[in-house]
Amino acid sequence: MRMRMMTAASAAGLVLLAGCGGGAPSDTNAGGAPAPAKRTLTVLAAASLTETFGELEKQFETDNPGVDVVMSYGGSSDLAQQIVNGAPVDVFASASDSTMKTVTDAGLTNGSPTIFAKNVLEIATVPGNPKGITSFADLASPNLKVVVCAPQVPCGAAAQKVETSTGVEIKPVSEETDVKNVLGKVSTGNADAGLVYVTDVTAAGSQVQGVNFPEAEQATTNYPIATLKNAPQQQLAESFVSLVTGEQGQKALQAAGFGTP
Amino acid sequence: MTATLGETPTRRRPDEHEVGVGVPRLLWVPAGLAFALIALPVVGLAIKADWPQLPAQLVSPASLDALKLSLITASISTVLCIVFGGPLAVVLARSRLPGLRLLRSVVLLPLVLPPVVGGLALLYLLGRTGLVGRGLDLAFGVTIPFTTSAVVLAQTFVALPFLVVSMEGALRTAGRRYEAVAATLGASPGLAFRRVTVPLVLPGLASGAVLAFARCLGEFGATVAFAGSLQGTTQTLPLLVYQLRETDVEAAVALSLLLVVVAVAVIAVAAPRSVEVR
Repeated sequence: MRMRMMTAASAAGLVLLAGCGGGAPSDTNAGGAPAPAKRTLTVLAAASLTETFGELEKQFETDNPGVDVVMSYGGSSDLAQQIVNGAPVDVFASASDSTMKTVTDAGLTNGSPTIFAKNVLEIATVPGNPKGITSFADLASPNLKVVVCAPQVPCGAAAQKVETSTGVEIKPVSEETDVKNVLGKVSTGNADAGLVYVTDVTAAGSQVQGVNFPEAEQATTNYPIATLKNAPQQQLAESFVSLVTGEQGQKALQAAGFGTP
Repeated sequence: MTATLGETPTRRRPDEHEVGVGVPRLLWVPAGLAFALIALPVVGLAIKADWPQLPAQLVSPASLDALKLSLITASISTVLCIVFGGPLAVVLARSRLPGLRLLRSVVLLPLVLPPVVGGLALLYLLGRTGLVGRGLDLAFGVTIPFTTSAVVLAQTFVALPFLVVSMEGALRTAGRRYEAVAATLGASPGLAFRRVTVPLVLPGLASGAVLAFARCLGEFGATVAFAGSLQGTTQTLPLLVYQLRETDVEAAVALSLLLVVVAVAVIAVAAPRSVEVR
């Protein structure tokens, strides 16, 4: 969580302060000059894909000897800004349609993106669920400290959508800047409950307890993936996307809690 | 100063000691580069801004709330820095405690720690399940995270070293001679401190306070980790900027510029001579 926060913050600084500078993201400095024998594939992926894409990265490198996959994880909108500002990237896997749209609107993708996974919200509570939270409506209780994502980030937008459709009004004590911060506030016991993605609950293991709620289906989040027009490695980019959308990729994604598109 | 020997000795000017000492030409190049490194990114920000839309982006309720909260919390934190950091600087500069060097390096920790880590540390100490926070919750029903107090605590944490270091420097530069004279004239340590030491280090204290205020204004990491983010309660300007850039980069840029303007105004208005004299 620390690492992610820090890279996200530094990326924000890069985007905001460098203005139109737009250098390569720090994590991908190896992507600049591939040696002739060794090819480098640069993939930018949403932070929630860290575990899954880590596995797929190893798989891809085994399947394609001499290829080094360089992964850079971060908030989808930061990654989109890096691409729009000229970072040399082969594949972009985003955690929301809207951030992918930033890149497609700039005309930087090859064709239209493919949805490769879906994610839904889940309530994360302190282990043992001492407050006995069983439904989405329970979160409106004034006796609970509930944290959500800010409406500007995908998980917050999804939470708002569920609130609107159910008429349940949550009064959060905090609107966090990203989903890992929500999880952190719950796992440290400072909040009673938080709205996060199913995959975050899976990844957090025993630190939090998940409570499913059927209304979550009304706000599923799509994960689109696309290869980029100015990708240094067009063919490799295509085959990486095939791996993600293919059987192996889907199996890994489902194991992490993602839904099939 | 010796530099003034060739001048008319009776003429007294506040910047007397600068007369006749030019800046070596060689220094202008790195100085210019250093200035450019700081100033040019801000220019980039200004170029990126959507100027016609700027006023509308600045007066949204969320922006006004964040600006107000930022100014209030940064002011309170600065006062806390002076009230607690000032005495700490005196102890560091004047006392003969064993292990003073270690103490000083601990005081500098917030400068070295990534602010997010500082925020997490505060959370582990003062959070509802933290070392001290659990006791506060059980005994008084008080929880600190998610409150404006948490924002102030986070800001004070990161800004304290700025005040302590600059005031300790001033204390050491001032030396102890005047205090010693005051003591020989019969002044108690308290009186000597109030009438001699404090006036001597006032410029150092002022510049330290300005630095601390500026640091508070820009504080992000510790706040987001410890206090959370809620409009009107814990969402300061930097937090709002970070959040807005997810969906509305132009608005985030506009608010960043606002932060720059506020910071420059504070430094220019509040600092003036006190910083330059040193």
